[in-house]
Amino acid sequence: MYKLKLITRYLLKRRITHFAVLAVALCVFIVVVVMTVMSGLVWGFKQNNHEFVGDCIVGTKSLVGFPYYEEFAQVLERTDFVTAVSPVVKNYALLRPDAIDVTAGVEILGIDPVRHSRATNFAQTLYYRADNPAAAFRPLYDPNALGCVFGIDLALPKSAMGQYAYNIRPTRRAYALTCFPLNARGAPSRSASMVATQRFFYSDHSHTGIARVDGSTVYIPLEQAQTLCMDGELKRVTSLHVKFRAGAALRPSCARVRELWNDFRQDKQDANDAYLLDTVTVESWKEHRRASIAPMEQEEVILSVMFSFVGMTTVFIVFVVFYMIVSHKTRDIGILKSVGASNASVMALFSGFALVVGLLGSGSGTLAGLWFLARINQVEGWLFEHFGWQLWDRSVYAIGAIPNRIEPGLLAVIIGCAITACQIGALVPGYLAARLRPVETLHGSRT
Amino acid sequence: MGKQAAILKADGLHKAYRMGTARVKVLKGVDLTVREGDFAAVIGASGSGKSTLLHILGGLDRPDEGTVSFDGRDLSRMRARELNRYRNEMVGFVFQFYHLLDELNVLENVLLPAMVSRSIAGWFMSRRVARRRAAEVLEQMGLSDRARHKPYQLSGGERQRVAIGRALMNEPRLLLADEPTGNLDSTTGNGILAVLERLNQAGQTIVMVTHDERIAARAERTITLADGKIRE
Repeated sequence: MYKLKLITRYLLKRRITHFAVLAVALCVFIVVVVMTVMSGLVWGFKQNNHEFVGDCIVGTKSLVGFPYYEEFAQVLERTDFVTAVSPVVKNYALLRPDAIDVTAGVEILGIDPVRHSRATNFAQTLYYRADNPAAAFRPLYDPNALGCVFGIDLALPKSAMGQYAYNIRPTRRAYALTCFPLNARGAPSRSASMVATQRFFYSDHSHTGIARVDGSTVYIPLEQAQTLCMDGELKRVTSLHVKFRAGAALRPSCARVRELWNDFRQDKQDANDAYLLDTVTVESWKEHRRASIAPMEQEEVILSVMFSFVGMTTVFIVFVVFYMIVSHKTRDIGILKSVGASNASVMALFSGFALVVGLLGSGSGTLAGLWFLARINQVEGWLFEHFGWQLWDRSVYAIGAIPNRIEPGLLAVIIGCAITACQIGALVPGYLAARLRPVETLHGSRT
Repeated sequence: MGKQAAILKADGLHKAYRMGTARVKVLKGVDLTVREGDFAAVIGASGSGKSTLLHILGGLDRPDEGTVSFDGRDLSRMRARELNRYRNEMVGFVFQFYHLLDELNVLENVLLPAMVSRSIAGWFMSRRVARRRAAEVLEQMGLSDRARHKPYQLSGGERQRVAIGRALMNEPRLLLADEPTGNLDSTTGNGILAVLERLNQAGQTIVMVTHDERIAARAERTITLADGKIRE
């Protein structure tokens, strides 16, 4: 009982304790804010990548592509764990706006907008045709024209704060896309010009949240892409994007797709151009987007390591504070022992004290962190407005707002670590206090 | 109250301290018996080992050699838990410099031994009894109106009375007082001695340490500690 009373009094009366609480609160505040923002960025980035490609990708790195894709798509659609399959042609092209003598290199994705919207979140990334992806390639101003969908950064100007200047309706703009069609052997087409050009009208833009995709991708109808980029008797695609049924585990489902593909390839070994099937691999979305996601994950790991140093600093601060408290309280420890307090009880007094410091510090740090996170975008907006200072360059991070979604699990880990750090910090001073011989502290000390 | 039964017995106590490279022997074979109801004063010059003897008798320190037994039980054979209980229930300490906890008020300082011996649940079950006992002790010490005051708001004499109250809280069989008037003026010191005399008349066994012969003379029994040995 005396422990509870003394802990309360030490907490209320000792200014140094307030500093200990403040130190813990500051550390927790910093960790909560930075980890929330960073994990929000990483989570958002992963989510965008996942939604962009679907759950599983059956594809080839070769721009030549592979045939018999519709047959395999049917095989997949017949299974109980696949809900959608979208064939895609990926290639590179030259983009030249009408009446402007500027040519840019872009990546083109040939898709069936309806099938692709089932396998990925393509429909949700659209602006004008989000409710009707079937019409994605039909411009609002001329539904009979051949449309294309631009990555948002190719279509719209963006402010320094990352805000786009949206139009109520798409403006009439025509572009010429020029590709180098490859035959099944990977050689340039033997047609007269060696290049294929097609005129498209801007019909919509897609905002995936992935800077590289939004800044360099043009979506066109699948058949047009096959005509522009491929030459040969058999229709080919470069990938099949697969969506699994809700609740289907990623790795086992991908493994099943891999088995099905191996069987399919076996069946087709004597078919025309079957060698093109040899370059096809089956990857989960994580494997497929590894090159994009890995650096972000690496950053997160580095950040966690750096914050473990912050944790160590907390331990050291608490250690110093408790060491000072114990140094100032040796007489009290002697008094307590003279009235029968045990070593364990004295140790428990300081551990309990550390627990309260940890709880109060982490509690107030968490509350301050949550309060700040709720206003982080306002604060950044104010800083940008008044000082031109921006925390994240939106063109690099492709984020509309700083992520501030609180992860309860992450919060629990941070609070737990802070309390543990306090306990560790108080361990040695508490032990020293418990080991103090009362006669040494009582004899001759005055009050 | 009879003074027949010996409650505390010290046999051949030796104690030495290391001061730098030298080893100073302060107790060189102390034998002492304290009987129920005794008011014994241990007198000796400064540095003669009086406080050391008191600490050993109270279980705050251990002798290098010799034994201390309370009610026939050897303190050196007691486990840490039993020794804590001995300090909590059997003996009460009064120190020269009062040694009150600054964070607690007078009532809480007096209640401290009762709080130390109880868990939170135990405290809530028995707190009324403990508070009643503390109020009784404070009244005995003439401090009822000071219960909510902090130690720094009290005079030296009042602080020492609070310290005596704390020592008496758990109704110990033995009160050990280390120069209880050493930090007080003579009038206040006399008041404290009067309190101790009154307690002894009520049956409390007291062992008091002092360097002042006039104060020692107030006790019923004077024990002189010189050259590390007892002369009665």
